[in-house]
Amino acid sequence: MSFAAFLLAAAAPAALDQPGQEARAQALDLEIRCVQCQNEPIAQSTADMAADMRVLVRERIAAGDSDAEIRAFFRERYGDFVLFRPPFDARTWALWAAPLLLAGGGLASVLASRRRRSAETGEIEPEQGER
Amino acid sequence: MIAEFGAFAAALALALSLAQGLLGLTGHNKTARAAAAAAVAQAAALALALAFACLIAVFVQSDFTVAAVAANSHSDKPLIYKIAGAWGNHEGSMLLWCLVSASFGAVLASTRGAQSLGLWSRAVGVQGLVSAAALIYTLFLSNPFARLDPAPMQGAGLNPLLQDPALAAHPPLLYLGYVGMSVPFSLALAALLEGKADQAWARALRPWTLIAWTCLTLGIGLGSYWAYYELGWGGWWFWDPVENASFMPWLVAAALVHSAIVTERRGSLASWTILLAIMGFGLALLGTFLVRSGVLTSVHAFAVDPRRGIAVLVLLACALGAGFGLYAWRAPKLGQPGGYAAMSRESMLVWNNFGLAVAAGVVLIGTIYPLLVEAAGGGLISVGPPFFNMTVAPLLGALFLLLPLGPMMTWRIGDLRTALVQLAPAIVLALATLAGALALAEGRAAPAIGLALGAWLIAGGAIYLWRRAGRGGGFPLTKMAALPLAVWSMSLAHVGAGVLTLGAVAETAFRTETAMSLSPGDSVAFSGRRVSLLEVGEVEGPNYSATRANFRVDDASGARTVSAERRYYPTSPAPTSEVGILSGLDGDIYIALAEPVREGGGAWGVRLYHNPLVHLIFIGVLMMALGGMLSLIALARKRGSPA
Repeated sequence: MSFAAFLLAAAAPAALDQPGQEARAQALDLEIRCVQCQNEPIAQSTADMAADMRVLVRERIAAGDSDAEIRAFFRERYGDFVLFRPPFDARTWALWAAPLLLAGGGLASVLASRRRRSAETGEIEPEQGER
Repeated sequence: MIAEFGAFAAALALALSLAQGLLGLTGHNKTARAAAAAAVAQAAALALALAFACLIAVFVQSDFTVAAVAANSHSDKPLIYKIAGAWGNHEGSMLLWCLVSASFGAVLASTRGAQSLGLWSRAVGVQGLVSAAALIYTLFLSNPFARLDPAPMQGAGLNPLLQDPALAAHPPLLYLGYVGMSVPFSLALAALLEGKADQAWARALRPWTLIAWTCLTLGIGLGSYWAYYELGWGGWWFWDPVENASFMPWLVAAALVHSAIVTERRGSLASWTILLAIMGFGLALLGTFLVRSGVLTSVHAFAVDPRRGIAVLVLLACALGAGFGLYAWRAPKLGQPGGYAAMSRESMLVWNNFGLAVAAGVVLIGTIYPLLVEAAGGGLISVGPPFFNMTVAPLLGALFLLLPLGPMMTWRIGDLRTALVQLAPAIVLALATLAGALALAEGRAAPAIGLALGAWLIAGGAIYLWRRAGRGGGFPLTKMAALPLAVWSMSLAHVGAGVLTLGAVAETAFRTETAMSLSPGDSVAFSGRRVSLLEVGEVEGPNYSATRANFRVDDASGARTVSAERRYYPTSPAPTSEVGILSGLDGDIYIALAEPVREGGGAWGVRLYHNPLVHLIFIGVLMMALGGMLSLIALARKRGSPA
């Protein structure tokens, strides 16, 4: 590969030939964080580092890795920081449980207030509806 | 001299705000003292307006002896951006925060309406303390009028990314929204102190929540639009911590807009409405903290100063401490009148609040979780779009599934079967959209469900309008114009949410992008079109030089030209990108110019995007904001009439 062609590849990684593969690469580009920039996925960043990482994603896909294997590859190389989808482990279980806990807690309090209210006001008849 | 005068006016405003707080809080049973608090509130707003005018004056004069001007302005800048520079930096934006807070306090003080003396006076007092706290922070930790000695010959310039009309309007709108949440907070604290939250109180609360929500909607929409055309990668929302910082108060404001309707109309949910008002202002302060403290790695964190961050945290702790403390103490005393059935307008609005509040909670946890893990010594992790898309999107989806049913329900007790029969055409349309989208998306369920929900919201809103117009006989279409403004505003906002959903889902699921290198004269097939690079040349702007590339895009309807630029500002090391956008009915062709290819013989890196239906995102946002404005007008009219 000549020097110019290498730079070209860095600026614009050669798209993968199979359409499904390139779509997978673009989806992964959005999940992997550029380690050189501030809070940007490699899909968005114009940094050279991000371009190199985009090339890396395509190399792994071309080599036949699954999405999970590619995430694990980047995680091993750059740490958890590189993944915008945090893994489920001892540090992050509370993060992943939080939406369920919040929704459950909200649901419980809505139902509890409804029970309390119906005990106070009794049955409401259909003709009591107001426009 | 102008700077000293401005600093003096701001200090005067601080003294007046403190007086407003004391007089207001002790004037709850003394008419003369409450009236004095109201007069002092007007004076405080006037003093701050003077101070802010002075700040604009030193920016227009490019007075580089003022530190904030030297750090953020440049004598070559166009006048409009010199003016915008006054609030395009940390110090100036905090003064703007104070100005908005004091102005809202003055309006609150001059519109008592049917509120009791105690409620009104205490609300004016709390608002005075909010302004005073913001002023203390501004004057002592980020004084915009601080002098610089020796003064530089030239300013450092505004971040060139921010030299943009949308970005000039984005911060003031967000601040109107953030600070707008301070008035519901003041009213909530006044209600707790008074031990009463009646319908007159809810009526006073509603316009403020609407102002805050509408401004946040417009501010977030502008920021998103700016990100779309300025950052040059075709995206419009990235769940960036700072986007989340404005999205959380937006969600709570949206919940508050709805719960306040129930409290005004039926007297129910009063204590929940109070709690929402406290949380909404807390999230607005947290947003300010996240943006201003620099704790987040984000392009927005331009003021990295831990002292300031800690000060905002102290303010947040005071506000939330006072709010939740009073709530725990006094809320049990508030009555809960007005029963309603499980299937009723009230009940649907409770589910609306459930969805919005849980979504705000999830966004909050996702945003601060990396900070908590790092603080606990757990190292660096990232929480980004995959987490939020997986959690917030289903919640909003469930909310949207119920939304069209809400307006079809009567108050107290409603009839689900009748509502479903009336909405049958919308159900059919949504199911047809689901089937069609499943075929188009090659079986991907999430985008198909999203598009179906968008269609469901739009059709549901239209059916509601139609039925409201048809009520009482006659042909609905001719009576549409005579519908109350409140009906129009609600339908517009709900249909807007549907339009936004269609755009957001279509753009996210069906966008195509490609990157390549092109030399002048080259052309390439892209997304059913032919894109040609015509020529690349140099152009000079007022305070930048640029490389401009002209493109021609041929499609079935003919040929159009568009240009994309890379701009080099002498004050900034990195070039910025001005993308070329060709809008059509089906969406945008979006062209960004990257670097020249070294040793590539005049070839340039080019990124092409096709963003289907992306304009619906911004149209939807505008419709929602317009709904908010119409609703405000409707409330103002109601206030004007004796009924």
